[in-house]
Amino acid sequence: MTDAVLGGVAVPAVRKRAQDGVVLPVLTVLAVLLAVWYVAAVWLNAPQVTEQLNRGGTDWGVSRLVAGTWAMERPVLPAPHQVAVELYDSVFGRPVTSKRSLVYHAQVTLSATVAGFALGLALGVLLAIGIVHVTVLDRSLMPWIIASQTIPILAIAPMIVVVLGNLGFTGLLPKAIISGYLSFFPIAIGMVKGLRSPDPLQLDLMRTYSATDAQTFAKLRWPSSMSFLFPSLKVAIALSLVGAIVAELPTGAQAGLGARLLAGSYYGQTIQIWAALFMSAFLAVAAVGAVGLAERGLTRLRGGRL
Amino acid sequence: MVPGQAVLEGLAPAAGTGAQRAPVVEARDLSLIFQTPDAPVTALSDINLTIRRGDFVSLIGPSGCGKTTLMRVVADLARQTSGTLLVNGGSAEQARLDRAYGYVFQAPALYPWRSIERNIMLPLEIMGMSKAERRERAARYLDLVGLKGFERKFPWQLSGGMQQRVSIARALSFEPALLLMDEPFGALDEITRDNLNVHLLRLWEKTGITVIFVTHSIPEAVFLSSKIVVMSPRPGRILEVIDSDLPTDRDLDARETPEFLEIAHRVRVALRAGHSYD
Repeated sequence: MTDAVLGGVAVPAVRKRAQDGVVLPVLTVLAVLLAVWYVAAVWLNAPQVTEQLNRGGTDWGVSRLVAGTWAMERPVLPAPHQVAVELYDSVFGRPVTSKRSLVYHAQVTLSATVAGFALGLALGVLLAIGIVHVTVLDRSLMPWIIASQTIPILAIAPMIVVVLGNLGFTGLLPKAIISGYLSFFPIAIGMVKGLRSPDPLQLDLMRTYSATDAQTFAKLRWPSSMSFLFPSLKVAIALSLVGAIVAELPTGAQAGLGARLLAGSYYGQTIQIWAALFMSAFLAVAAVGAVGLAERGLTRLRGGRL
Repeated sequence: MVPGQAVLEGLAPAAGTGAQRAPVVEARDLSLIFQTPDAPVTALSDINLTIRRGDFVSLIGPSGCGKTTLMRVVADLARQTSGTLLVNGGSAEQARLDRAYGYVFQAPALYPWRSIERNIMLPLEIMGMSKAERRERAARYLDLVGLKGFERKFPWQLSGGMQQRVSIARALSFEPALLLMDEPFGALDEITRDNLNVHLLRLWEKTGITVIFVTHSIPEAVFLSSKIVVMSPRPGRILEVIDSDLPTDRDLDARETPEFLEIAHRVRVALRAGHSYD
């Protein structure tokens, strides 16, 4: 296992990291997690398997028990290799247009995530600009923004879906709105802090040039806020994904990772649930990675510091 | 030769001489009282001062004597509570709106996300100059402060002294007739400071620009100035205005001459008078 991973990705960056002592600790943690998982699978699935083996009438030993717990069709906790096989089959084994393809479902969820993230970004940035520039908004909006996040999304998501459904909006839009509802918050908070981050000296400088508010914003506040915006964006895009998945739960949606999770739990398809969970984790990593790439690009434009 | 000296030829020299020169700053009974939670603090008390075109005026005094505050009032970054102040014959606010002065702060205050060249272009962008003009001016004033070749660097790649030179180039880039400098070399080592003092003196001679310079270094004040304003704290007030007539082409060695030492002595005596707490 360890050799295979190292051999498969022996690119220079990884080799350098291995020399820095990064790869080995990461792989060690992974190995420990897998071991714990396999043991937990035996432990949690054992009662059912024991019952089955007893009903079979023949003698059975520990090895048959263990093998049985790792190969159940509907285990309480599927073994890692079962999830891996399901993941592989539903990603590569089926046409991407098939409703049984995880790629299809991931793409549905991803489009809602991206749309929700765009909504959250626009809303968060606009709110922050308003709060920083208009005293009345600063006093009046902040408590509501914070209150908005104290409402459990699971409680409000069905309402949004029902109301929008009555207005004739179905499909992507309700999901994007729920997703944006979660993601605007860290962006607004980060941007307020970022837009206020210029120090008095930098602001005085603008005043000596008798710069307009718009110029001060464009040339000082906005660029200063970037180092606050990007950490917020990473949190926000992960929340967008959570929002999109949550939004797929109460809608009885036919497609999306949330629908896949729900269908899996209806039919006791735990392997399918776990495969969908891993798929959403990979999506989250990819989405956060994309934000990270954008951050790297901007950092390079700024000569190596954000 | 000072780097970029040649580029200064085009700048206008000071008009007129002596008392005929036009006043740039006129303060009459200027006072500023800050309201603080415990008690009002008198930062400036009855300041009377005339600064004429082409003067190099140093404001010198211990911390808290209001020298920075006085400069901020001239720059319209703070406002007096009583008295009148004329800058170029109008209000300080009008002078700011006219972009009549360049301000050099204690810290370089460069924008870290801008390259050196784009930092110098910042005021030029705000003032709406064309890109070609901005390029040309950035190059000219970087050369003037001896930083040619650093256009593409970023502030954090430069030493403190270099950063402060960039901030001076930025203040000069839009060619204001008045330069306000608030302890610009205070955070620098003495060697860099001497070097920049000579640079600044040459610049002033060549351009005829009016300079107001805040410092708490006596040698620096005497070396640079045509007029030294000695201030004292609690309340911030002017104790004495000392005119200096050292030869204009002086170099660092001038600091050893009897004339220099005599003026420095007068400044020191005045400062000590203001500092007696009994």
